[in-house]
Amino acid sequence: MAGELSFEKPLLELNRKIEELRRFTEEKDIDFTDEIVKLEARAKALAQEIYGNLTPWQRVQLARHPERPTTLDFINALFTDFIELHGDRLYGDDAAIVAGIAKFNEQPVTVIGHQKGKDTKENIARNFGMPHPEGYRKALRLMQQADKFNRPIICFINTPGAYPGKAAEERGQSEAIARNLREMASFGVPIICIVTGEGGSGGALALGIGNRLLMLENAFYSVISPEGAAALLWKDASQAQRAAESLKITAQDLFELGVVDEIVPEPIGGAHRNFAETVTGLRSVLLKHLDALKTMSREELVVDRYHKYKAIGRYAAFTESV
Amino acid sequence: MLKDIFYKKRRYATVRTGQAQDRGEEKAEVKEVPEGLMIKCDKCGTIAYAKELEKNLKVCQGCGYHFPMTAFERIAMLLDEGYFFEYDSELLSTDPLNFPDYLSKLKKDMETSGLSEAVVTGEGTIKGYPVVIAVMDPRFRMGSMGSVVGEKITRAAEQALEKRYPFILFSASGGARMQEGVLSLMQMAKTSAALARLNEAGVLYISVMTNPTTGGVSASFASLGDYNFAEPGALIGFAGRRIIEQTIRQELPEDFQTAEFLLKKGQLDKVIPRQELRHTLAKILDMHTVRRGS
Repeated sequence: MAGELSFEKPLLELNRKIEELRRFTEEKDIDFTDEIVKLEARAKALAQEIYGNLTPWQRVQLARHPERPTTLDFINALFTDFIELHGDRLYGDDAAIVAGIAKFNEQPVTVIGHQKGKDTKENIARNFGMPHPEGYRKALRLMQQADKFNRPIICFINTPGAYPGKAAEERGQSEAIARNLREMASFGVPIICIVTGEGGSGGALALGIGNRLLMLENAFYSVISPEGAAALLWKDASQAQRAAESLKITAQDLFELGVVDEIVPEPIGGAHRNFAETVTGLRSVLLKHLDALKTMSREELVVDRYHKYKAIGRYAAFTESV
Repeated sequence: MLKDIFYKKRRYATVRTGQAQDRGEEKAEVKEVPEGLMIKCDKCGTIAYAKELEKNLKVCQGCGYHFPMTAFERIAMLLDEGYFFEYDSELLSTDPLNFPDYLSKLKKDMETSGLSEAVVTGEGTIKGYPVVIAVMDPRFRMGSMGSVVGEKITRAAEQALEKRYPFILFSASGGARMQEGVLSLMQMAKTSAALARLNEAGVLYISVMTNPTTGGVSASFASLGDYNFAEPGALIGFAGRRIIEQTIRQELPEDFQTAEFLLKKGQLDKVIPRQELRHTLAKILDMHTVRRGS
């Protein structure tokens, strides 16, 4: 079946067997209840074993899962009255980033996020969620609008990275990303960023300067893709699994490194297995942080954001003997 | 935390300009013929006396090729002699991710470059105008940005803000440093946030991109100048050439991602030959009416 990851196979096969026995019990009138109960217990233990100890690489696979909820899924589930707004007013409208205004718990907010497709056709239209400069400039335009009208900004991050293309370079991919970093640092409204799937380097960061950075449990966030790191380090992209471990890219790693403020739990098997549960969890975490930030003045919000990023990094200082 | 302890400590070690040679920083990527007396240009093959090349600010007299410069060579070239006070030279990288071979690579680069990290920051004067300056050195981990580079640049920007001195930053970097993972990525955020403060306060920030300025450095402080300048021939871009060629499945033009190419595409204010740099910067400093003396 599509969307089945290799490490999930034993569990999914067991689940299918349970289904089959259920059907037998119903259709053929043979009672397999005892077996079913036994197998269900085994399935539960197996699920715990598989999902309870996910390796970084397995999380990467879950984060990139074709059925992984997209930004629009989250927007539609979390907000009401969403109105999508288009274009950067300079060049075009980038479908790899969606943005607009909506209400969250009756409060107007600006929402922005990378948008991946659900199938190949949509992915091509969305450029697999890899923005061009006009995408970042659309995001910036709407964030400036949010700042003007005092609306909190909520960003959903899910991209393999900014698009590495000729036209993107010519139109200033670097400048577009850099400007977003600087401007997001300056806005006097609450900004909450959530890594929902792939956090692909600078292309992710360009929507990622928030007072709070949240991460779904199986999302990852990295300076370089595991494949890219493996190619650089060992001249072998198939070593991605090893690179995923070395790079420390999971939500737990980022929490421990002081980058992520809170990890949003996912249902067993990943966000796509029970989207409603994922949304419920995310909603309460978002509400909590937004409520806390709403008490801060515009100046305090800017200072809060500055201190958050100023504190990130590890270094030593040698003391000189006179 | 360490940074709290050292934040307030300003280190004023006077580094005599022209000291670069004493530090054994001659090597760079220059091909040396017997005992470094003669140097052959990488681009056109013109052979010049090392001393002559030195005098010509390491620009080939045959073709104008700009040889790589070490951080201290550049500081010596730009600042008034005798006026440079280095900041934060005591900051050293650690190995926060336990990344394979990182510490040994750091050690090796320290030995070969004589530097403690990939950026040198401090303050000095250019034709009498006080400035805070940061200069990256591509010999140290390809000038990549990890926690220390991000922190030093951020602190330099904070000094510029506090003193209201213009901030001039010379980039030379392959981008964010992989071995510090997401912490390196976040230095893009940290440095940009520091520049946001300068921007709000109306403090001048000049970015000069030298060869190479790519990846996360290009996509953060290097692109945020009130003036974005570059040296001739410098490679500047976000994504690597090979990656782009693989993605779009076509060959890129020869001059793609050079300073001249970006100038044509409207991405730079000006390409400034090295010989004119000090003079042009002084003119700009003058127009921003910075008070004289320090």
